[in-house]
Amino acid sequence: MNNTAIAAISTAQGEGGIGVIRISGDNSFAIADKVFESISGKTLSSMKGYTAAFGYIKNNNEKVDEAIATVFRAPHSYTGENVVELSCHGGLFITREVLRLVLENGAQPAQAGEFTKRAFLNGKLDLTEAEAVIDIISAKSRAAARAAILAKDGALWKKITSIKSKLISTAAHLSAWADYPDEDIEEVSEDSLSLTLSECIAELNALLSTFDKGQTIKEGIDTVIAGKPNTGKSTLMNLLTGKNRSIVTDIPGTTRDVIEETVLVGDIILRLSDTAGIRETGDAVEKIGVDIAKNRVNTCGLILAVFDSSKPLEDDDKALLDSIGQTPAVAIINKTDLESVIDEEFIKAKTKNVVKISAKNGEGYDDLVKIITEIAGTDNFNASEGILSNERQRLAVLKARDSLDETLAALSAGMTFDAVNVGIEEAIESILELTGERVSDVVVDNVFHNFCVGK
Amino acid sequence: MNYKAGEFEVAVIGAGHAGIEAALAAARLGCRTVIFTINMDAVGNCPCNPSIGGTAKGHLVREIDALGGEMGRTADECFLQSRMLNRGKGPAVHSLRAQIDRRKYSDTMKHKLELQQNLELHQAEITGIKQTDSGYILTTRMLAEYDVKAVIIATGTYLGGRIFIGEVNYESGPDGTFPAAFLGQSLKELGLPLRRFKTGTPARVLRSSIDFSDLEEQHGDDPPIPFSYDTEDMGDNKVICHISWTNEKTKEIILKNIHRSPLYAGDIEGVGPRYCPSLEDKIVRFSEKKRHQLFIEPCGLDTEEMYLQGMSSSLPEEVQIKFYHTIKGLENAVIMRPAYAIEYDCVDPTEMNATLEFKRFKGLYGAGQFNGSSGYEEAAAQGLVAGINAALKIKGKEPLILERSGSYIGTLIDDLVTKGANEPYRMMTSRSEYRLILRQDNADVRLTPLGREIGLISDERFEKFNRKQALKAEELKRIQKTVIPPGDEINNILVSRETSPLTTGAKLIELLRRPQISYADLAPIDKTRPELDANIFEQVEIEVKYEGYIEKQLRQVEQLRKLENKKLPSDFDYTELNGLRLEAQEKLNKIKPSSIGQASRISGVSPADVNVLLIWLSSKRNDK
Repeated sequence: MNNTAIAAISTAQGEGGIGVIRISGDNSFAIADKVFESISGKTLSSMKGYTAAFGYIKNNNEKVDEAIATVFRAPHSYTGENVVELSCHGGLFITREVLRLVLENGAQPAQAGEFTKRAFLNGKLDLTEAEAVIDIISAKSRAAARAAILAKDGALWKKITSIKSKLISTAAHLSAWADYPDEDIEEVSEDSLSLTLSECIAELNALLSTFDKGQTIKEGIDTVIAGKPNTGKSTLMNLLTGKNRSIVTDIPGTTRDVIEETVLVGDIILRLSDTAGIRETGDAVEKIGVDIAKNRVNTCGLILAVFDSSKPLEDDDKALLDSIGQTPAVAIINKTDLESVIDEEFIKAKTKNVVKISAKNGEGYDDLVKIITEIAGTDNFNASEGILSNERQRLAVLKARDSLDETLAALSAGMTFDAVNVGIEEAIESILELTGERVSDVVVDNVFHNFCVGK
Repeated sequence: MNYKAGEFEVAVIGAGHAGIEAALAAARLGCRTVIFTINMDAVGNCPCNPSIGGTAKGHLVREIDALGGEMGRTADECFLQSRMLNRGKGPAVHSLRAQIDRRKYSDTMKHKLELQQNLELHQAEITGIKQTDSGYILTTRMLAEYDVKAVIIATGTYLGGRIFIGEVNYESGPDGTFPAAFLGQSLKELGLPLRRFKTGTPARVLRSSIDFSDLEEQHGDDPPIPFSYDTEDMGDNKVICHISWTNEKTKEIILKNIHRSPLYAGDIEGVGPRYCPSLEDKIVRFSEKKRHQLFIEPCGLDTEEMYLQGMSSSLPEEVQIKFYHTIKGLENAVIMRPAYAIEYDCVDPTEMNATLEFKRFKGLYGAGQFNGSSGYEEAAAQGLVAGINAALKIKGKEPLILERSGSYIGTLIDDLVTKGANEPYRMMTSRSEYRLILRQDNADVRLTPLGREIGLISDERFEKFNRKQALKAEELKRIQKTVIPPGDEINNILVSRETSPLTTGAKLIELLRRPQISYADLAPIDKTRPELDANIFEQVEIEVKYEGYIEKQLRQVEQLRKLENKKLPSDFDYTELNGLRLEAQEKLNKIKPSSIGQASRISGVSPADVNVLLIWLSSKRNDK
């Protein structure tokens, strides 16, 4: 088995004041020793299993936070591997800083469900649990996929994509030039190649230095209030925020853009977006809002789907129930203050979390809090996925930069272009790992698209 | 009335480049083999360019030869001009290409088939195929029935072939032969869905009608380098080729008549390759290009026909004559055969395993254009693998699956059976992620021991191979030990190559590691250098210079191999595995990958799906 150390934040967001970063793998002690220094002076590598040390997290010699490191020695740990858990002060900023330090010192960002997978493959879980393990991996990977889609909307991803395109066309040019020597293809000169590589390296470096400014990770679960117009989404938002933030009227389609609020629901922090009602619309302005809303439903961490109990289910409602798909969701049957005509059984057949409330007078609010707390507390709900997907992008940029540095050095040393192109493709591969595309496919496609080659 | 014509272990349908390698391999491995050709004079025909090899294709020919196939030897015997392409672009992309005498190549291959023990060559069109308990029954147009255990389909462009020249189109095989008009229906009845692909070829013109006086010449290498590790002496190059260009006038004529192209008129349904476009395709798709290059290549020593590489077309004959006449040198060219497009039936290669056996039809194999590839070399490579596997199966031995990390042949087959082909598949060096280790110079190191194990490498050839490896190892040791002291002679060489002079002694291997310094450069100061085969020096030099890259790629191969070794069952219904995403379930059920490694290369199977497969595989294994 591949036992390279992996790391992730293993505490859910909004759960108390402690954040835990878990590292698992053969070299996890060595990695943890680089970022943690105990008060006693003992290294984690020298400590016994099931022991803990108090100390601080350091970035080179700068103190980042006080922390407790707990050591588990293989096979006596959750994953069956060497594990270190660094408990530091909660809050997203600190936990993410610590995670980043751990990743920079040699750990890989954990793939969705990877701790559980390793536990299983190392025989820590019973064979009968295989199916449950598979369920966890699937659920977590769906959360990861949503987070990755969200990350791809960011300005950062657009910059990565533009550098990627530049590298792919350079690789394609080198490939066309090598694969079609009899064709009339422009010579690749060492100078222009070296210039392109330097430019890409500079852009990647600029990207690395602005990584945190470009994408602020907001605290809380990205939550969307969805439903067709006039089901009471804005009233629900008002109930949750306790403030009169959205404009509430009786004309369908009043809320045209996405409004965001951060609220504490029970122990859980939610980042609420009230979206324009999802329905087919002819109004152009409203349509933009509706498109944003649909997109949000696919990328958010939690959906609060609102239905009007005083009206029968319409096609738009049914479409919403279908579009929820794999995202964790609560179906909220609103307006219990009015006479109910809605087909509750239909909703219950489609989704398992259903709660009846009156957003107007607050009836059923406690039930809603309870159900949200339950969902956020389940094992399948991976709150740190957003950070990890951000860290994966950053690591991909870092790896691509390193490959290009090496390649530029090889080019200056006089290496032939076949070797140089392998280096460029390695850089592209680091970036493509984020999307699962294959280097040879994209390069070959680009050759045919941009070069007139053939017999 | 049908009659029983005989029983064979292996039958090969089609005697083109794929069929030949398949039949020879099966017969040489001891199977009673029969090979059918529609026309006895079309065995080993080259209906397109009169050349073998080229970028990545040259790698394939070397690999075929290293495994014990025939293409490389015959190409050497029939070569007219040979060039190593891409010198100066790096060893990974060095590729050998030879102009060959087209008729001689065909005759030589036919003769080899005739002389081969265990092999019968028949002129017959196969019209029907039926599955039996013990194999298949093949029926010919003359109603002969053959009982066979295994069948290799290598029908090329003959299967349902239709030629298009402008508004004219008719059923035909390549070069005016009969098409295989009935087999397609029989394959459909058997349950193999077929689809249409398209390819094309340029005109052939009379040598004496070409004015060569202003055309750029292209000469072969001196000395020419052989494809085959068997060939000792090639003799000299026998011909030169010429280069010309299209111009604005050519473009104008083509654009004026583009509506008469069957492709643009919508008559052709087949999917053509992007990399082998007709001239009209190039002009429409790359309209900003003012001119396109063409090569004028002789078809043989006993013919005046000349091939116009780059000038494929399916425009009407009268338009072809007009646009060819706009090209410098061809103003008065006499067109002996017009250019044409040909459409043909082929299968979806994802229906096959990496052994090239159909998943749903045991003992049925496919190779070449029938599998959706394009090119003589791609066809021959698959033919060899299909022939070997049919024979191994009959002998009750383990099948041959070539790793993608070990050869271009393995890469080609893995791409076909894993990703399928939406257009005719051509080999390119950019398709291999391991190209710094899969070089044409070391095909023998990579594959000859395997060819020996299979039984296609003779004692003599294997001894020669082992001797060469021993000499290579010795030479490596020698350059590691030999120290060159600093001095004027060596420093003059180093400085003239723009690299730093020595101040203390340096080992030969360290000097050779410098990108600017070659073996030849060091000859004057390398007093103890033995007389060795040029290929040995070539391999040693590459291994020294690219050591870092080679080691890195070898580590990647090791990683890949771990996943390739995790075998998946061929009969599992992936819809039963709930953790997989729907798309992954569908794709996995279609491809039925043989290993986790192959599964991970299927588009639509995510890393999370791979994890699910790993868990499932592990729980299954522990159950037993």
